[in-house]
Amino acid sequence: MSTETMGVSDEVKIELKDVNKWYGEFHVLKDINLTVKKGERIVICGPSGSGKSTMIRCLNRLEEHQAGQILVSNTELTNDLKNIETIRREVGMVFQHFNLFPHLTVLENCCLAPIWVRKTPRKEAEATAMKYLERVKIPDQAFKYPGQLSGGQQQRVAIARSLCMNPEVMLFDEPTSALDPEMIKEVLDVMIELAQEGMTMLCVTHEMGFAKTVANRVIFMDGGQIIEENDPHEFFDNPQSERTKLFLSQILAH
Amino acid sequence: MIINDDKLPDLPPPPSTVGVIGWLRTNLFSSWLNSLLTVIVGYLLVINLVPLIDWAFLTSDWIGETREDCTSGGACWVFISVRLDQFIYGFYPEELYWRINTMYVIGVILITALIIESTPKKPLIAAFTLIIFPIIAFYLLYGGAFGLEVVETHKWGGLTLTLVLACVGIVASLPFGVLLALGRRSEMPIVRSLCTAFIEVWRGVPLISVLFMASVMLPLFVSGETHMDKLVRALIGITMFQSAYMAEVIRGGLQAIPKGQYEAAMALGLNYWKSMGLIILPQALKLMIPGIVNTFIALFKDTSLVLIIGLFDLLAIVQAALSDPKWLGYSVEGYVFVAFVFWVFCFGMSRYSQGLEKKLHTGHGAR
Ligand SMILES: Nc1ncnc2c1ncn2[C@@H]1O[C@H](COP(=O)(O)OP(=O)(O)OP(=O)(O)O)[C@@H](O)[C@H]1O
Ligand SMILES: [Mg+2]
Repeated sequence: MSTETMGVSDEVKIELKDVNKWYGEFHVLKDINLTVKKGERIVICGPSGSGKSTMIRCLNRLEEHQAGQILVSNTELTNDLKNIETIRREVGMVFQHFNLFPHLTVLENCCLAPIWVRKTPRKEAEATAMKYLERVKIPDQAFKYPGQLSGGQQQRVAIARSLCMNPEVMLFDEPTSALDPEMIKEVLDVMIELAQEGMTMLCVTHEMGFAKTVANRVIFMDGGQIIEENDPHEFFDNPQSERTKLFLSQILAH
Repeated sequence: MIINDDKLPDLPPPPSTVGVIGWLRTNLFSSWLNSLLTVIVGYLLVINLVPLIDWAFLTSDWIGETREDCTSGGACWVFISVRLDQFIYGFYPEELYWRINTMYVIGVILITALIIESTPKKPLIAAFTLIIFPIIAFYLLYGGAFGLEVVETHKWGGLTLTLVLACVGIVASLPFGVLLALGRRSEMPIVRSLCTAFIEVWRGVPLISVLFMASVMLPLFVSGETHMDKLVRALIGITMFQSAYMAEVIRGGLQAIPKGQYEAAMALGLNYWKSMGLIILPQALKLMIPGIVNTFIALFKDTSLVLIIGLFDLLAIVQAALSDPKWLGYSVEGYVFVAFVFWVFCFGMSRYSQGLEKKLHTGHGAR
């Protein structure tokens, strides 16, 4: 079995059909079609302003699409608040700037949603939180506040916080691009581990090493469109479109 | 190349920078201009403060029954002490003073418990203070249940009335203010325009005219049969007015919370009210403490405006006492006393907010 199909089942987790979105007059997403199966790891890349964040933010309705269909775990995203709440419970998200809650300790950050959204008893939620904090290798920071942690530690807390909700899908929006170089690895390691455990992941990142290690598919976006979609080796070694080639030459030149 | 492996000993700082002399030197006499200013300000303080202290304390009279007891030429505090009951209890029947006193005792115990750092079960006490205590206070003051005889509100007055107005205004305007601020930021156009209109209307009108309208115009609109108490009308007016101000202070705090916090809360599946209650408001309220307390202090002082609709708050009752022919000519003592009482309460609030701010800042580190 190749890395591309490892742990992937036939169950469709996310489906985008002809999704279009506008900011006022500005057409940010153009006819996006994408199917993600359970256990797949998708890496999304593309130049700044190409609509990568917008696309993955549509998947948990942080942004609203105006045309087309988005289904997550067979639930369609509409204005129905019930559906949105169901989907947000199933989909975890990690942000570029961590967005931890600064007035709560690390442990409280992790327990908040399980307690208030899933109605988990506090004791149980704390035990789960400690388990995930151990997995991201910072159980000793549980009683500190986010402001007392380094960027890499904060991002790992953010990942643990999402995992505490036991999500089916994880979305990452440039999780390492606000970090100092020496902290990038500690976050990527956690993400790689997560991928190896079979988590369904969509990850906006320009970390090409990460893409090569774990991705089943790499998606290249430009101008609100999906330009190219391929397995990582083909994508990097043998890009098809001119725009992809140009983009790759630019990021590899760094 | 320089290598310095010897650990240098820790020396004490030079004597001219520490102690009283050091403090004086750095703060008062650091340059010839500063020294000059220190001398001038010191001189002005002495020539003004000395007579004031002399008037208020050294040559003042404290004990007595009538103005004939004021003989030493300084302040005549006898005027205050003779009238003190009235200044505190208004026209409340004397044999029922115990009811007001009970309320004060409970209130002071609760507030002390809330201020002391180590009190256990603080949230419970806070909830009791905000929800149960007002009910107890109402029945103690007004009566009408538990065998307590009714004391109509027109008999309320003095400091008690001032505190009733201020506390009701403070306790009621905060939740209304939060709701109005959230409404003004809502994505629902109707809610947003209603809240914006409400805030702008109330903010644009002076409190004095709000009180006037509440006392003169409201009865015209409310159908003839239902008689609404004058104090209740004033309380509604003050609450509306203060809610509008509070809403703008709170909206300012809400705006300071980064968008990422809302997004993280939403992404975790928290609905609107939970995100607000658990994530946004706790952070925003902390930022807003100085603004909120500022509004409270303004409200506390503004309560004295009720004298124009015929309610006898502390200021009004002292003024009334001043026109007593037996005590003509002691207005300075009267106003100094009122100012002092107001100052004590406002300064107390200010100190409490500073303490609260400091406490809430511990442990959060940078960000
Ligand atoms: N709230 C908004 N209102 C208007 N335009 C927006 C808004 N958010 C994003 N845009 C625009 O939409 C386009 C796509 O934005 P998006 O954030 O999805 O890009 P991106 O691919 O994630 O870029 P980056 O790599 O810089 O994060 C950009 O041109 C951006 O200016
Ligand atoms: Mg982006």
